[in-house]
Amino acid sequence: MSAPRPITEEDLQAYVDAALSAARHAEVADYLQAHPDVAARVETFIAQRAALRAALAPIAEEPVPAGLNLAALIARHGRPARYGWRAVAAAVVLFAAGGTTGWLARGPVTLSGIPALAQEAADSYEVYAPDPGRPVELAATDRALLVRWLSRRLNHSVVIPDLSASGYQFMGGRLVATSNGPAGLLMYDDTHGTRLVLLVHPMAPDANANMTEHQVGHVGGYAWATEGIGYSLVGPATNKELHPLANEVRRQLRNGI
Amino acid sequence: MSARSDRGSDPPERARDGWGSHVQDMMRLVEPLIPALRRYARSLLRDRVAADDLVQDCLERTITRWHQRRPDGDTRAWVFTILHNLAFNRLRQLHRRGEHLPIDGIDDTVLARAPTQEDGLRHQVILDALATLPDEQRSVLLLVTVEDLSYAEAARVLGIPIGTVMSRVSRAREKLAQVLAAGAGINAAPSRLRRVK
Repeated sequence: MSAPRPITEEDLQAYVDAALSAARHAEVADYLQAHPDVAARVETFIAQRAALRAALAPIAEEPVPAGLNLAALIARHGRPARYGWRAVAAAVVLFAAGGTTGWLARGPVTLSGIPALAQEAADSYEVYAPDPGRPVELAATDRALLVRWLSRRLNHSVVIPDLSASGYQFMGGRLVATSNGPAGLLMYDDTHGTRLVLLVHPMAPDANANMTEHQVGHVGGYAWATEGIGYSLVGPATNKELHPLANEVRRQLRNGI
Repeated sequence: MSARSDRGSDPPERARDGWGSHVQDMMRLVEPLIPALRRYARSLLRDRVAADDLVQDCLERTITRWHQRRPDGDTRAWVFTILHNLAFNRLRQLHRRGEHLPIDGIDDTVLARAPTQEDGLRHQVILDALATLPDEQRSVLLLVTVEDLSYAEAARVLGIPIGTVMSRVSRAREKLAQVLAAGAGINAAPSRLRRVK
């Protein structure tokens, strides 16, 4: 039997990063078992790695600021002369969401993914939130019926987040039509009459997407997707609570409330 | 070291496709990277606004140079290379002007909300220690431990050999451990443990 390869400093670093082959990982683990002083040093590095990741993780969980919206940046910068501008326009329209491009984007091309969800949520808000008489079809008192209805049509068990701790009461909801199929609309309001809408529908592209800020006209919102279901919480763009509320909705949905 | 080196190569570019497919590829390959790009930039610059400006610059370059990228290449390493070079230019400018990035006190990196105050304090300690590392060590440590780049990818981003990546990671971890130990009032790991080769 040949002598085992000596354990090098590089092996130890790669062990910390879990970047070794399974066989080599096991050899290093054996070595550490026999050398507690080295094992202590490696443990320090592993703890350090975990601490760094934990300290910096929240940055990646922030919603991406509107200025870093890739579709918008592509629309502004990505028109090399060698591609016909009509092709560019069509491609950009596919992905553009929000801002002044919103209306252009409703042309013959269908939006998809998060940009579509953002647009649909803003549209639904514009139509239903100002409605004085019948903003929702089934009121909060018919919650169970509403959940059954939406769950059946979306083929996903819909959950109604509770925002009462933040001052928003659930008003009710309805099924709405979007260019990407049926969507569930849930509406909330506070004591000042400020209304918020949460739009929910299954996603084809962007089955999982980080939370992104969006704005269409005076309607602001935050959209994200988890395991094939997209959500967008929209309200008046001036509402500073939208972001924490969207985080709260996401948290409740993650934890199954 | 092979466990992570098999991921990251993108499917070959479809032949004769126009700008429309480029746009779709960018949305598919680049958009998911944006949160990590923001984190890397902010970890280096420790200033939210300056970091996001840098990321915007990076994305604009990514868009205008998209056709120059190797079609079979690793998009993540390519985009991180663009961002890294921008960040280091910016850091060099700051150092030349004698401007110092904050080392003490709460900085923007931590303002990314920690779940609890206790978490916030613990995060502050490790980030303060990180800030004491030279830029070269800080960047490689971030790429490998936080952004999960393989050693080969980090080598590409930094334009250095893999062996150098590994020795820098090793030195960065050693220094970080010393700083943290000194901060905690205990002795750093004895130096005789440094070499095991």
